[in-house]
Amino acid sequence: MEPKKIKAPLSDEDVMALKSGDNVLISGVIYTARDAAHKKLVELMDKGESLPIDLNGQFIFYVGPTPAKPGQAIGSAGPTTSGRMDAYTPQMLEKGMKACIGKGLRSQTVKDALQKHKGLYLAAVGGAGALLSKKIKKCEVVAYPELGAEAIHRLEVEEFPATVVNDAYGNDLYAEGAREYAR
Amino acid sequence: MRELAASTISDHVAEMCEEANIYLGEDVFGLLKDALETEESPTGKEVLKQLIENAEIARDEQIPICQDTGFAVFFVEWGQEVHLTGGTLDEAINAGVKRGYEEGYLRKSIVKDPLYERKNTGDNTPAVIYTDIVPGDKVKISFAPKGGGSENMSAVKMLKPSDGEAGFIDFVVNHVKAAGPNPCPPIVVGVGIGGTFDKVAVQAKKALFRHVGDSHPDSRFAKLEKTIKDKINDLGVGPQGFGGRTFALAVHIEDYPSHIASMAAAVNINCHACRHLERVI
Ligand code: SF4
Repeated sequence: MEPKKIKAPLSDEDVMALKSGDNVLISGVIYTARDAAHKKLVELMDKGESLPIDLNGQFIFYVGPTPAKPGQAIGSAGPTTSGRMDAYTPQMLEKGMKACIGKGLRSQTVKDALQKHKGLYLAAVGGAGALLSKKIKKCEVVAYPELGAEAIHRLEVEEFPATVVNDAYGNDLYAEGAREYAR
Repeated sequence: MRELAASTISDHVAEMCEEANIYLGEDVFGLLKDALETEESPTGKEVLKQLIENAEIARDEQIPICQDTGFAVFFVEWGQEVHLTGGTLDEAINAGVKRGYEEGYLRKSIVKDPLYERKNTGDNTPAVIYTDIVPGDKVKISFAPKGGGSENMSAVKMLKPSDGEAGFIDFVVNHVKAAGPNPCPPIVVGVGIGGTFDKVAVQAKKALFRHVGDSHPDSRFAKLEKTIKDKINDLGVGPQGFGGRTFALAVHIEDYPSHIASMAAAVNINCHACRHLERVI
């Protein structure tokens, strides 16, 4: 199956056109955030304050890259385990985030929130940090520089490969994929 | 008595940190290629292709295979006829880690205080170091950068002797099943059996230092490794958990004598980025 080429950020229609199991190639602008940045964003939301980035339609990539070598846009940059972000994801979706990219299982609360807010959870290949770094053309810190590798970065990506795991219809590739091949 | 300078140890360690993180071992690389032949799921095949390409890019561009360049774990076999000069072994190893992670543009992933401030130590130290004193005048250093994602999917269980082989198999398979896609499959499963609560965990870790795919020298354990691996792959979890045939590349068991009342068991999972190196000095 040929991967689908998609552009970031996403509209609701873009989200609804994708199903779990779809391989995609993402081009455009995406943002990074890990545990520490999520915590700060959600604290601002709780206080009703404005966020350092507009989440509407955006992709959030859970990543903490290695330091870039001279001449590199970014160091190795594969996904980190998404479950650590579960507590924050429903609020991120409420604020307009449309898709998140990581690896590994999500909680039922997150899956329900994806359906409710029309969002996607995608997995990039965990451990393919060298390959994924080649798909990132530009990288700059846009918030929380004090967090180092955990700061929020704005990435320009070209044909960044990922697979839809949880779609907005409640499907789950992790459950269905294993069922199909179990024996 | 042979004299060995601490700075020599540091130099080797620094090189090993860089080398292990950049070059995927031929053992894992070969198994990924084999898996590409046998994998039935198209998405699974795509994942394996990306992992093979990833290892090639890392090698050609001299960048880390994975962004999680790990906790630096060492097993040292120290010949008792070697006298270390100019510092302690811990200092020598940590100085090497600090230099290797800095010069190699590797990620520093260690926080000083696990519970409260969680402030990064900034140089990926301290390392985790196990030392055995052995006969002879050589020093063998084995190193593995251990990723957090797969490390988190680990467990120790004090089984009862009456649980037997079946109980042991169930513990390992069920644990790996629950870990599912989190440890970046295809995985290497390190298993310990016997010893005490702490010893069995170290044995499971040690199992991950074996040349991946080699069998236990005792044919009974070698057979058990194969049985467990087949059961794990029959779960259908597949590469990255997207469904498929290749969930585990290998299962390695390390045993140790046991107390009459116990049968300790441990699982320590490694991802396909099963990086490990050894050097004899
Ligand atoms: S589990 Fe392994 S491959 Fe996955 S992110 Fe961690 S170190 Fe990298």
